Amino acid sequence: MELKTKINAEDGRQDLVITREFDLPVELVFKAYTETEFLEQWMGTKVLKLESKTHGSYSFETSDPKRNVLLKMNGTIHLVDVNRKIVRTFEMENSPFGIQMEVYDFEKITEDTSKLTIHNIYESVDKRDQLMQLPFKQGLNMAHSRLEDVMGKLK
Amino acid sequence: MNLRRDVFQAIADPTRRAILLLLASQTLTAGAVAANFDTARPTVSKHLAILTECELLKQEQSGREIYYHINAKKMKQVADFIEPFRQMWDERFNKLESVMKAYQQKNKENGAKDKN
Repeated sequence: MELKTKINAEDGRQDLVITREFDLPVELVFKAYTETEFLEQWMGTKVLKLESKTHGSYSFETSDPKRNVLLKMNGTIHLVDVNRKIVRTFEMENSPFGIQMEVYDFEKITEDTSKLTIHNIYESVDKRDQLMQLPFKQGLNMAHSRLEDVMGKLK
Repeated sequence: MNLRRDVFQAIADPTRRAILLLLASQTLTAGAVAANFDTARPTVSKHLAILTECELLKQEQSGREIYYHINAKKMKQVADFIEPFRQMWDERFNKLESVMKAYQQKNKENGAKDKN
């Protein structure tokens, strides 16, 4: 079966490409990225600011259920070409990953399907690789704390 | 590729990840694994079967008991760093798709109402 989301990250490069085909018209995928209401729902983050326009900027904040802020993200938006392209920077505040540039290309395939290509460029090869390892480390940590919970109950 | 996908579906479940961690340093029977969880024994057995099927765990017969241990070779594949990253994005995009589909559906229904 063909995977819907693909990552192309070649060794020794400081960029990567993410592609995804959606069972949605291109206008709706673009809307998901440019309107607060939708972005908050699928990203699971709070949108503090989102100016979806050329020379705009954005700022997001993710909290845990106890309202402790876990992650702050921000960036400037260089270009917004409606239903076609977004170019922006992205930064996780207080993280070692630096600032990345992101180029989003929105393409119509049919009336009801579309393709999104995201080209991310990082400050260095190391920063790209560190960032890519993040979900794996988090996964293991989650498994670990779950194990600790379980063990805690047995005591 | 399909096999790899199965492996990552297997570790997407928190209980299965906990089982892998538990077995990382020791060999245990199904009963001993189940004793570590609140989950019902048949559920744990199902998790063990899935992990064995995708070769993350190996079974070893010793007398009447079957022992489970980690298949280190397969676990190394899991550590391949692109796949968890890809999975994270895939999940995120699936969410985007379902949020926008719900919106599309709502719009269609409203459109139908407007026409009436």
